[in-house]
Amino acid sequence: MSLLEWRDVTVDYAGPDGPVPAVRGVTLSVERGEVLGIAGESGCGKSTLAATVLRLLPDSARVGGEILLDGTDLLTMSWGKLRAARWSDAAIVFQGALHSLNPVQSIGKQLAEPIRLHKTAADPDARVRELLEQVGLPASRASAYPHELSGGQRQRVMIAMALACGPDLVIADEPTTALDVMVQAQVLDLLTGLVRDLGMGMVLISHDLGVLGTTCDRIAVMYAGRIVEIGPGLDVFDDPQHPYTRALAGAFPRVGDPAARYAPVGLPGDPPYPGDLPGGCDFHPRCPVVMDACATASVSLVDAGAGRVAACLRVSS
Amino acid sequence: MIGARDLRVVFGGRVRAVDGVDLEVDAGEIVALVGESGCGKTTLARTLLGLEKPSSGEVLFEGKPLDYRRLKAYRRQVQLVLQDPLGALNPRHTVYDAVAEGLRIHRVPGDEQALVADALSRAGLRPPERFFLRYPHELSGGQRQRVVIAGALVLEPRVLIADEPVSSLDASVRGEILGLLLRLRDELGLTVLVVTHDLGLAWNIADRVAVMYLGRIVEIGPTAEVLQSPQHPYTQALLSVVPDVGHTEQIVLTGEPPDPARIPSGCRFHPRCPVVLPECTSVSLPILGVEVGHHAACVRVG
Repeated sequence: MSLLEWRDVTVDYAGPDGPVPAVRGVTLSVERGEVLGIAGESGCGKSTLAATVLRLLPDSARVGGEILLDGTDLLTMSWGKLRAARWSDAAIVFQGALHSLNPVQSIGKQLAEPIRLHKTAADPDARVRELLEQVGLPASRASAYPHELSGGQRQRVMIAMALACGPDLVIADEPTTALDVMVQAQVLDLLTGLVRDLGMGMVLISHDLGVLGTTCDRIAVMYAGRIVEIGPGLDVFDDPQHPYTRALAGAFPRVGDPAARYAPVGLPGDPPYPGDLPGGCDFHPRCPVVMDACATASVSLVDAGAGRVAACLRVSS
Repeated sequence: MIGARDLRVVFGGRVRAVDGVDLEVDAGEIVALVGESGCGKTTLARTLLGLEKPSSGEVLFEGKPLDYRRLKAYRRQVQLVLQDPLGALNPRHTVYDAVAEGLRIHRVPGDEQALVADALSRAGLRPPERFFLRYPHELSGGQRQRVVIAGALVLEPRVLIADEPVSSLDASVRGEILGLLLRLRDELGLTVLVVTHDLGLAWNIADRVAVMYLGRIVEIGPTAEVLQSPQHPYTQALLSVVPDVGHTEQIVLTGEPPDPARIPSGCRFHPRCPVVLPECTSVSLPILGVEVGHHAACVRVG
């Protein structure tokens, strides 16, 4: 049994002219000890998909399909059980650590809160010290306030908080976006080390395919609410099959690649508004290698090599 | 075109944000100033723009020291492109007003509408008339950044100083904006100083790279040389952690960049340097000069 399974999950937000589909039928799983990356532009539905796991979406969102955490469907779970599952079964590391921490409470007190509520440790203060050390901060920093910490340290606190109740699954939404490269490397090292040492599963969300390629066992690429490619992390970054993945991979050039010198790669146009999707392949209006058939054909994920699938007519033909 | 001579900016008497920088950016050149948060790169950029006054040393424009009594005229020539275009644009101003603001402040004569349209289309917003009455929230992130760039271009500056111009943008838009900066250099001969922590960006568009650490440039040279055969251990470490497949060993420096209020003696990088030598704690390294070529401030070099 997979640790987490999304089965044909859909999310519709209420819009002025009827429902707006943000996630349109995603099937994806995460195993224990695995880091799964989800890549895509703003508005592609990646954060919405992540938020379905703990049912953190606003009331106006309608979620369909099944979301199985350790075999239990989260969508039909009672609120009481769900509250117990949050933090102790699955936890989220939010982006923007500065805004997620309470500025007038010491980080030790904030870290202890979920532990006290969920009664997962007999001595919450000892657990806080242990957590801080686990994320590479001295235990003495428990008395510090968020403003006294640097951006990287705050992000470590956010990770410690996600770990507080010993979850099986951690979802990290853009955990390194606001950080410098050196601090980013430290945080990514920490996250992958924790997955390895604690045997958790992790979902890592980012628009930087380079970050995902070097950290994730598998990557799923989303476009307009659907998955357009899944494969092993290195392969997806190194040898993308879908033209959209290729554009994402090209956006972060490799230092030393002569083809990228004075030739930044962009992708013209904007992603479609979810309420007004083009016919045929969702990507065809922006696709650099579009064919006539793409405007009308319905595309689905097809085999694209060892452990890989992609939703593109060029792959299937 | 624009530069600095022994520039120092000290805040509150002890925070040495910029601690001795010599830099020359030639006309039509794109130079990337890279480094971690807190290394002083943004303070250096703000000082070059005349937004901060140097504590000592000089800002040079076309070879002459900047005259702080004539800042307004200077700022027409040297324009800033901010990061976070949503924050830089007034949500209640239309695109037209945002771009025309500079013309009004500087009382630029001529047909305002034609100048605004021209700046928008050079920034890649075409046809410009379609954007005149739009508000920032109606635009995508990439379009907003183009409006910010159009607002800078409308004054026909000679120099653009861009602070993290793509860090808040989506991957797909990033290449578009970088391509625009390259095109502006080629078509208008603009000089561009890009402040960034993103080495991939430097590889994409910069002619030269200057690496800053704790208030000083520690390595400078042509992009291909600095990024492909870095001399300074700090540059080597920075490059090693750029996410990339098939990498050599990562050199992850521990700790945070040290405090500009307490700059270590000797080589300022020595407490974090993975290849530190005994003399590094005491040696005094000179400020890198502006001679052509590839230079690094490290006792192991040369």
